[in-house]
Amino acid sequence: MAKNIPGIMRQKQSTPWFYLLPSLLVMAIFIVYPGLNTFYLSLRNIDDSGWASTACKTGETCWGIFENYHYALTSTIMQTAFLNNIKWILLMVSGTVALGLLIAVLADRVRYESLAKSIIFLPMAISFVGAGVIWKFMYNYDTGQVQIGLLNAMVTSFGGKPVSWLTEPQLNTIALIVVGVWMWTGFCMTILAAALKGVPTEILEAARVDGANEWKVFWRIMVPQILPTITVVVTTMVINVLKIFDIVYVMTGGNYGTEVIANRLYTEMYKNFQPGRASAIAMVLIVVILPAMIMNIRRFNEQEATR
Amino acid sequence: MRFFKRLWKRISSLPVHIVLLGLCLIWILPSLGLFVTSFRPVQDINESGWWTILAQPKGYEEYQEYCAACHGEDGSAITQADLTDPELVKNYRRSFTLLISLNREIDGQVHMSDIPVPDEITTATIASYMRRISGIEARPKFTLSNYIDAITGYRGNSTYLADCESGSQSVDIYCSLRDLTNPRGMGRAFINSLLVAIPSTLLPILFAAFAAYAFSWMDFKGRQWLFALLVGLQVVPLQMTLIPISRLYAQLGLNGTFWGIWLFHTGFGLPYAIYLIRNFMGSLPHEIFESAYLDGASHWTAFTQLAIPLSVPALASLGIFQFLWIWNDLLVALVFLGGKYPVLTYQIGNMVTSLGSGWHLLTAAAFISMALPMIIFFALQRFFVHGMLAGSVKG
Repeated sequence: MAKNIPGIMRQKQSTPWFYLLPSLLVMAIFIVYPGLNTFYLSLRNIDDSGWASTACKTGETCWGIFENYHYALTSTIMQTAFLNNIKWILLMVSGTVALGLLIAVLADRVRYESLAKSIIFLPMAISFVGAGVIWKFMYNYDTGQVQIGLLNAMVTSFGGKPVSWLTEPQLNTIALIVVGVWMWTGFCMTILAAALKGVPTEILEAARVDGANEWKVFWRIMVPQILPTITVVVTTMVINVLKIFDIVYVMTGGNYGTEVIANRLYTEMYKNFQPGRASAIAMVLIVVILPAMIMNIRRFNEQEATR
Repeated sequence: MRFFKRLWKRISSLPVHIVLLGLCLIWILPSLGLFVTSFRPVQDINESGWWTILAQPKGYEEYQEYCAACHGEDGSAITQADLTDPELVKNYRRSFTLLISLNREIDGQVHMSDIPVPDEITTATIASYMRRISGIEARPKFTLSNYIDAITGYRGNSTYLADCESGSQSVDIYCSLRDLTNPRGMGRAFINSLLVAIPSTLLPILFAAFAAYAFSWMDFKGRQWLFALLVGLQVVPLQMTLIPISRLYAQLGLNGTFWGIWLFHTGFGLPYAIYLIRNFMGSLPHEIFESAYLDGASHWTAFTQLAIPLSVPALASLGIFQFLWIWNDLLVALVFLGGKYPVLTYQIGNMVTSLGSGWHLLTAAAFISMALPMIIFFALQRFFVHGMLAGSVKG
């Protein structure tokens, strides 16, 4: 990118750093330092008075200085969290991308395109907490005759038994993922729709003239054309899903087997007062996100090269 | 022929409309339910689903079946037994008193004549409907009291207005403007949210504009890799930084202060902010900067007179994004402000756990927190979408 800077704009060596200093300073304090400190803390014991190995009990398996990682990687609750996060990734990413793509393609063919898109996108503007309330109400479960939650009212009107969506194991994680899909489909839709608009119409027309049906046009032309964008959306969504916290915190508090990594981190730190364990969980989280981070940088470098 | 062609076109596009409209309906129903519910009286909310608001109130059908034939549809057909008269209905408030009356003979004739006497549950439903038409328990279909109760933090069994009128309010309710500052109320939380969000939006944009200018129009060593690092920092999970920062804040006494949360949001918003503004500023035509330099402009003038004014669209997109992100954030507010300065999300999160099914307050509170983002979204949708397309999204 250096090439497009006019030579006449050369400045003193120090000038750029005056412009950069405030930002770099703040980022160093709030992102870089905590990153390193978290690693250090993850090796310390509960009150930071010694290394984590002091928490080991004789006769039990101990990972020495990495005892907190022992907990973060092998404890039952964390395994539930990992399993749930995998479920979240599989279902929410595929759900949001598939629905987002479907809506983007369909909305492109109707006159009320912008209205439809606004409706789908609206949940993006509200908070996870607000969405949590909205959906808690949807999932409301009464033991009595009247169901004021829409879903259970539908179930009972078809003669079914009302379901306690948020406490039923297995089902409840799906119920939470639905909330996530409802919120984030608009994001995927917007980005994919912009990419679809970039597909040259001549190619599409040519294929149609050659007798390809819409199904083929979609799979053979549209999808390959926007594949780079789909990759970006999937990566972004995976990162977002890994950090999911608010939905779980508000709707179930991680109970009934709905625990996820980010909520566990909060619980360990601010409810169980185990900063060591919480830091270890945070480190695990960053390691999981690292590939996505590297992908982001590589994609950026490619973009810069073609600028 | 042409007509058929057009007809065929219509029919073949029908599935598109059905699927799309169906999805839109599914998407809007949950929010609609919240919106409608927030305006319903609390008894109605727990008695019937929000989708029944257009139907008759509970007990109407039973009343029509058993009573309307003699008493009339609105209950006023028999003058000596006028069911719209509160004095009369007061005697039949409950199912058993009503049942006794229904089984009694009137002037030597069976009360219900050839209509069978309803069972106990039905009778209770009819009794509640009679209380309603007689005005004993009249309540409007829609009310604003949920909002008033939520804003003032009222937690009693009646409503804020009713309690204040009768003077039976609890000790921490003053029935004056002072209630807007009730720490349990949404009014206070709304103000706190604004106090958090506005500086936390302006600060990172200010810092980022400087840095983005340096990245776009200044040449210095390490520019490339420093910027690549910035791209990487965008995805650092927020959770990772909470623990060290809250410990640092504890030492500096910044926990539970606005400065603490402003600085945190600034630090965390910067990578994305710089990235987005740089992408925009860097793509401005370099001829204008060149000619400014030929005219003897310094970097400072180029920055303030050219780069900033020309980047307003990007700054606006970023501002909206950052503002909404902070407005909707729960985790950072929970950790750094907690209950000291409760923001909207914190307050609602608390209400969900403490109120259980206080749906009238929860729905109103949730809608209060959503109102501003929705207005911003609809008014500035263009910028919003631009901001999102300009790069990956932080979170």
